[in-house]
Amino acid sequence: MESEYKLLSGAMVTLALATATLVVVPYLQLDNVQPSPGLKPYTEQQLRGREVYISMGCVYCHSQQPRSQSMAPDFQRGWGRAPVAGDYYYDNPHLMGTMRTGPDLFNVGARQPSVDWNLGHLYEPRAYTPGSTMPSFPFMFKLKDKADAGDKVVNLPPSFAPAGKVVVASPQALDLVAYLIGLDHTYPVNPDATLPQVVKDESAARIKATAAEDGAKK
Amino acid sequence: MDTVTVLLLTFIMSVTGLGIFIWSLRRNMFDDNPAAAGVIFSTGEIGHVEDPSATPEQRAGLQKTVTEGGKAVIDPSLADQLKRELADRMEADQSTAYVTFVFLSCAIVWLVVASTFGLISSIKLHNPEFLTQYAWLTFGRTRTLHLNMVAYGWCPMAAFGIATWVLPRLLKTRLYGGRFALLGCMLWNAGLIAGLGSIAVGINDGLEWLEIPWQVSILLVIGGALIALPLVFTLRNRKVDHLYVSIWYMGAALFWFPILYFIGKVPGVHFGVEQATMNWWFGHNVLGLYYTPIALASVYYFLPKIVGRPIQSYNLSLIGFWALAFFYGQVGGHHLVGGPVPHWLISLSIVQSMMMIIPVLAFSVNQHLTMRGQFKTMYYSPTLRFIVVGAMMYTLSSFEGSFEALRSVSTVAHFTHFTVAHAHLGLYAFFSIVMFGAIYFVMPRVMSWEWPHPKLISLHFWLVTIGIGIYFVSLSTGGWLQGLDMLDASKPFMDSVRVTIPYLEGRTLGGSLMTLGHLVFAVHFVLMALRYGTSRVGPALLHNRKFQPESQAIAGA
Repeated sequence: MESEYKLLSGAMVTLALATATLVVVPYLQLDNVQPSPGLKPYTEQQLRGREVYISMGCVYCHSQQPRSQSMAPDFQRGWGRAPVAGDYYYDNPHLMGTMRTGPDLFNVGARQPSVDWNLGHLYEPRAYTPGSTMPSFPFMFKLKDKADAGDKVVNLPPSFAPAGKVVVASPQALDLVAYLIGLDHTYPVNPDATLPQVVKDESAARIKATAAEDGAKK
Repeated sequence: MDTVTVLLLTFIMSVTGLGIFIWSLRRNMFDDNPAAAGVIFSTGEIGHVEDPSATPEQRAGLQKTVTEGGKAVIDPSLADQLKRELADRMEADQSTAYVTFVFLSCAIVWLVVASTFGLISSIKLHNPEFLTQYAWLTFGRTRTLHLNMVAYGWCPMAAFGIATWVLPRLLKTRLYGGRFALLGCMLWNAGLIAGLGSIAVGINDGLEWLEIPWQVSILLVIGGALIALPLVFTLRNRKVDHLYVSIWYMGAALFWFPILYFIGKVPGVHFGVEQATMNWWFGHNVLGLYYTPIALASVYYFLPKIVGRPIQSYNLSLIGFWALAFFYGQVGGHHLVGGPVPHWLISLSIVQSMMMIIPVLAFSVNQHLTMRGQFKTMYYSPTLRFIVVGAMMYTLSSFEGSFEALRSVSTVAHFTHFTVAHAHLGLYAFFSIVMFGAIYFVMPRVMSWEWPHPKLISLHFWLVTIGIGIYFVSLSTGGWLQGLDMLDASKPFMDSVRVTIPYLEGRTLGGSLMTLGHLVFAVHFVLMALRYGTSRVGPALLHNRKFQPESQAIAGA
């Protein structure tokens, strides 16, 4: 090849093609997606907690996208139905994740709605899940001789509580827990309303399953 | 738009586009064009081996495997012209020496720091109580620091360094605008340090591969553009008609990257699920359209150069390049198999992933045919070992990648350490190992000095190849078992965590060997920069023409 112009224009055409298919067309197709009915916007505290989630890199071990039942038993594990695009309406940046060193968190708020459990779990994951490889986050907590007024004391299992001290949660830890507990996408969705996501006969089963899951939660 | 229509349309467009390109290049395509493939050699140089990091014995052995009798003969009628061309090449080398040295020095610093953080992260995965007292040492940050140091520190610095050195040689001119590259290098490093600092304190954009805050990314974009400028100037001043295959890969890559990065980082555009598709469009293309072409360009240059024989089929290299350009850009969506994205997008990406077999085969066949009957050369040439092993790993990692995109495989492998192992096969076993070889080849020219301790090169080679071998086998196995456990609803989730532990420990072992190899490499590099060791070839070394005996001039220039 003799012409650098041919080279560069060719290179740009191929890149444009890739950008069109993986960025522009999805943009156009998803631009008018509405939030799923039942999805609530984040509160101020949850948004702060989301920032903590991002800054601690939780996304590198936890996904937020259960797979469909035809693909993997994510639903049977209690992780919930497969998401649709509208479920991520308020998410910026997206935190779908690509790794499951730990479980999927799309519905962790529905599974573990207890503030105490979540705080204790952040302080020492192995106190609640033996063998867990999640890091502990001791720097998000303070050890005090006595709790002051307004302090949120973490109730730990006795064998994991430091002797003679109380463990107090930092605002950061409380924000993060507020975000985690807010992760609850158990409301039903109609997959056909948003995107051609699944084949028709599958969707009926999916909605039924979602309803069943909701029932089980109550 | 209907799913099937979109899918068919893009597919037809890709194939048509490829067809048009092949048609437009047809004259070159179907010519038996050894002249084009031989453009990396000076007149009469084919048949002469070259490995600046080899000892005289190794060099003699290398030559012996290539030519019978072990002597390369120069046609006396061509000797004068060869002398002139070698003088030009030395001028090209001298013009790039300083710039290349700066880039490669930065690359090696980042390599060592990055592997340290990689090792810390690896230990944390099977020993979660290791270093938990500070936020910046938590897994989510050390892992991210590791990734960013590799992706924006070691890899691009090495790539820029090698590209800066190779391009003027191929264009048979000196480097124009080297100062812009130096300024770009400084801006890039400043941006990277600022970006890493902000990740360490917890400020980041929250997207994998795109963590560096966009405000800081501006420095990287400007830096990258400044680094590409000398390429443009040098291209305009070129003294060759024909652009060798390495130039296409490097030229295209240097232009692709800033565009990718710009689209990925532009604030306020991407949202929700669309952001996820963009995320993987970027994450995959930075590998496929930036690191991969640079490393392939290096293989296409160094491999024939070392064995003194042009690549077997220039036409295959053409197919390889354009097919890579057409297919690779659209494979990113397979990271979202099973995710809440349009079905057509995933199907398209899977199709394109499988199409990638074409350029990979084109490259592998070509490489194999060029090396055919010459594998013994690897025994003698320290740099060729790296290049050939790295190139083979390209074939392996690309085939693995193509099959990993299939739904059935992805169902198991996705969300597991298997993907991490695959990423390391590509960016480490392929890209980094090719870069090691290229750096060993380039540095004696850059410094006009020889590697002080050739045995350290061997040590480095064995440490990193054994290290990545253990790493890859161990982590792939662990990841696959993890995936199978996750698909078995009768097993609790914790089983999929427990099953990986011994394999994660294996990964740490492999990673330690790799890190050790990098330390050996870095120490050797510093010793060379400080001019330790005795020069084994006499004062003639590489830039000094006066004292070089004829045969040495070939071997050394």
